[in-house]
Amino acid sequence: MSVPLTRVSRVSTSDRSRTLRDAIGLGAAVGLYGVAFGAAAAGAGLSTWQALTMSAVMFTGASQFALVGVLSAGGGAAAAVGSALLLGTRNTVYGVRLAPLLAPRGWPRRAGAAHWVIDETTAMAVAAPDRELGRVAFWATGATIYLGWNVTTVIGSLGAAGLGETAQAALDSVVPAAFLALLWPRLTRAANEPAVQRRVALGGAVVALVLTPFVPPGVQVILAVVAVGLAGRPRRVAAEETA
Amino acid sequence: MSSGTLWAVVLVGAVGCYLLKLAGLSVPAAWVERPWVTRVVEFVPAALLAALVAVQVASSGSALVLDGRLVGLAVAAVALALRAPFIVVLVLAGAAGALVHVLTG
Repeated sequence: MSVPLTRVSRVSTSDRSRTLRDAIGLGAAVGLYGVAFGAAAAGAGLSTWQALTMSAVMFTGASQFALVGVLSAGGGAAAAVGSALLLGTRNTVYGVRLAPLLAPRGWPRRAGAAHWVIDETTAMAVAAPDRELGRVAFWATGATIYLGWNVTTVIGSLGAAGLGETAQAALDSVVPAAFLALLWPRLTRAANEPAVQRRVALGGAVVALVLTPFVPPGVQVILAVVAVGLAGRPRRVAAEETA
Repeated sequence: MSSGTLWAVVLVGAVGCYLLKLAGLSVPAAWVERPWVTRVVEFVPAALLAALVAVQVASSGSALVLDGRLVGLAVAAVALALRAPFIVVLVLAGAAGALVHVLTG
C-alpha cells in the first residue's frame, strides 16, 4: 500500500515543480510587457498612479491597452471604457471554464480568484495535467504576472516621462505593434476557425479606418465591432438552429 | 481630458473589467455557454484588436495619416511571422518608427 502511494507522491512532486517552473517562467515573461503598457499610458496622458491603478485593479492587458489606445487617439471616456469592457468579456467566459477547477469557497476567495482570471492564467490552468496542478498553475502564474505587470507598468510610465521627440515616435510605433502582437495568435495557430478570424479582423480594421474621418475618435473602434458582429449574424443564427 | 475625468475612466473601466471576471466565476455556466455568447466572445477580440491596430497606426484625431508607424507595423508583422518574442517585436517596431522619424523629420 505504501509503495504506490510513495510513487504517486514522487511523480506528483516533480509534476508540481515543473508546473510551478512553467507558470513562473511565463509569468515573468508576460510581466515584462508592462513596460510597454506603462509607456503607452503615459503617452495617453495618464499619470503613473492612474497607470498603476489600471494594472493593479483592471489587470487584463488587452483591455488596458485598448483603453489607453482610444484615449491617445483622442477618443472620449465612453469609447475608452467601452473598448476595455468589450475585450474584458473574454474573461467572463474564462471564469466559467475555471469555476469547477478552482471551486473557490466563499466570497472572499471567489473575489480574490476572479481578479486573476486572464488569458495566461486560464491557459496554464487548463493545460495542467490534473485539477490540483491546475490550481497551482493558476495561482503561480497569476502571482508572477501580477507582480511583474505592476512593477514594470511603473517603470514604463516613469521612463516615458523623460522621452524626447524621437523616442516618442518610437513609442507611437510600439502601441499598434503591441495590438498586432495580441491579435496575431488569433489569426494563425490553434485559434478556432483562423480563416473566419482573419476575415473578422480585416473587416474590423477596414470599417474603423473608413469611419475615422466621420465619427468622434474612438467611436469608430466600437462601431467596427458592432458592424462586424451584425455582418456575422446570419451565420450565428444558423449555428444556433443546428445546435 | 481633465485629471478627474481620466480617474473616472480608469476606475469605471477597471471595476467594470473586474466585475466581468467575477461574473464568470459566479453565474451559472448555462447563462454564458450559449452558442451566440460564445460566438460573440470568440470573434469580438479579433475585430476590436484589428480596429485598434488600424486606428493606432493610420489616424491622428479624425484624419488618416501615413507615417513611420506603418513602417513599424510592417516590421512588427515580419517579426511576428518569424515567431520573435513579444518584447523583440515591440523593440523592432519602435526602432523602425524612430528611424523613419529621424530620416523624414
